[in-house]
Amino acid sequence: MIRKFAAAVLFALAATALAVPPAAAQNALEKIKQRGTIIVGVKNDYKPWGFLDPSGKIVGMEIDLVQDVADRLGVKFELVPVVASNRMEFLQQGRIDLIIATLGDTPQRRQVIGMVEPNYYAGGTNVLAPKSAGLKTWNELKGRKVCAIQGAYYNRRVTQEYGPELVAFAGIPEALTALQAGNCIAFVYDNTFIESTLAGGDPKWASYEMPLKTEDEQAWAIAVPLGELNSPYGEFMKKVSVEWHKTGKLLEFEKKWGIKQSPFLVEMNKKYKAM
Amino acid sequence: MEAIADWFKWLNDAHRINLSIFYDAFDRGKFLGGLLTTLKLSAICLVTSVAIGVVGAWLQGSRFTFARRIMQGYIQFFRNTPPLVQLYFFYFAIGNLLPRVTDAYGQAVPPVSNFAWAIVSFSFFAGAFNVEIFRAGVEAVPRATVEAAEALGYSRLKAYIHVVLPLAFRISLPALNNNLVNLIKTTTLAYAIGVPELLYVSAQIWSDVLNVREMMNVLLVAYVAIVGVLVMAMNRWERAMRMPGYSV
Repeated sequence: MIRKFAAAVLFALAATALAVPPAAAQNALEKIKQRGTIIVGVKNDYKPWGFLDPSGKIVGMEIDLVQDVADRLGVKFELVPVVASNRMEFLQQGRIDLIIATLGDTPQRRQVIGMVEPNYYAGGTNVLAPKSAGLKTWNELKGRKVCAIQGAYYNRRVTQEYGPELVAFAGIPEALTALQAGNCIAFVYDNTFIESTLAGGDPKWASYEMPLKTEDEQAWAIAVPLGELNSPYGEFMKKVSVEWHKTGKLLEFEKKWGIKQSPFLVEMNKKYKAM
Repeated sequence: MEAIADWFKWLNDAHRINLSIFYDAFDRGKFLGGLLTTLKLSAICLVTSVAIGVVGAWLQGSRFTFARRIMQGYIQFFRNTPPLVQLYFFYFAIGNLLPRVTDAYGQAVPPVSNFAWAIVSFSFFAGAFNVEIFRAGVEAVPRATVEAAEALGYSRLKAYIHVVLPLAFRISLPALNNNLVNLIKTTTLAYAIGVPELLYVSAQIWSDVLNVREMMNVLLVAYVAIVGVLVMAMNRWERAMRMPGYSV
């Protein structure tokens, strides 16, 4: 028995050892141009940044950004829907060239993927809760069931500081359904998403609110593989990001998709215009 | 304890092998909690699914057409649909139809938790297979043995409990063994409805610490160990139940 167990463990370890991550391509920018397509990981359940329109096509503010990147490169684009818990792996494995998927920029993540600066957006953490719950402070979440998304960077901090019992789902539709069914008292997520959900005017959210103080403001970044951050590809993306702020493109897209104007974008626009 | 934590910290710093569950108290707590949930979920489902199998196999031989039809319908439904779909169906569809109850905070909440739905779903899923496994065992018991029991004045139920089932059980054990191993592996699906079992907590840990490769290995080793213990116990039981002269 012990011998069998040891054999199984050895087998698992050997399998991982063989699966060496692919070496970074010599020149990602050239590769993308040669292929004629840039493959981008985006959200498809995060209205209005990336979501499915009635015909099943992925659209949204971030898709407009993808379009802009592709136009600047003179290539076509291919969208790969990703979720919080798999997007960084996809990028590391080379399945996608770029992440534009409401990705929070954290020091831990910087160790594994290349965060392009300047950041293109910023959001914080808040909860969506029924008004009947009467939540006032974060501490009231202690011991209560709170819906969440698997892999979100604030799950750990919220759990450690306020002690809710997180019930995390893979996608937003599942979490929202569970919230409406009363399986949890609140849904902890990005304030940006909650604001646009409530502002969307959908009657099913009429009795819901965003009752807490938005916490832990975090910048969002588009991401390239870590090894590409300072390559021509990474430098190109940095320039694109600067352009987006400078020309007010981000503010324009934000308005187009009906998102409440973010003070972060106004400030960045001012800063880069002055430069 | 301290020395072990330090060694794993060193392993991370020196070799970038990040097993945070051995040096970070929060991650360790999460992981052990997940392990406990998996063990609880597995143990409860094992017992209930075997019970469903035993009762179901008896009902299948019932004189009442109605009881046989119900059993057949149950088996078809649970054996022919994917367990993940069942789980979603119970949690989101059936769960929404049930009347609400009021919790300690005065909020209307569904009466059945996600953990309970996972137990219901997996027990019925594995139970459907167990019914068929036991039926095969029951049918392999020689007709003459059953008739001999009847001649001695056993009722159908008593003959099932005291004569047929003990023999059928021995015949069914290898197939049952297989199905129970599968059941333990199926418990990872509870991840989809937010039950904090082993896969769920590991995913949260690798999202926070970004050590996917390491946690994948930990997960594999953990499941090899859990299933290994079950298989060992089942094999022992099989040997202990062997009857001399009655070879199966």
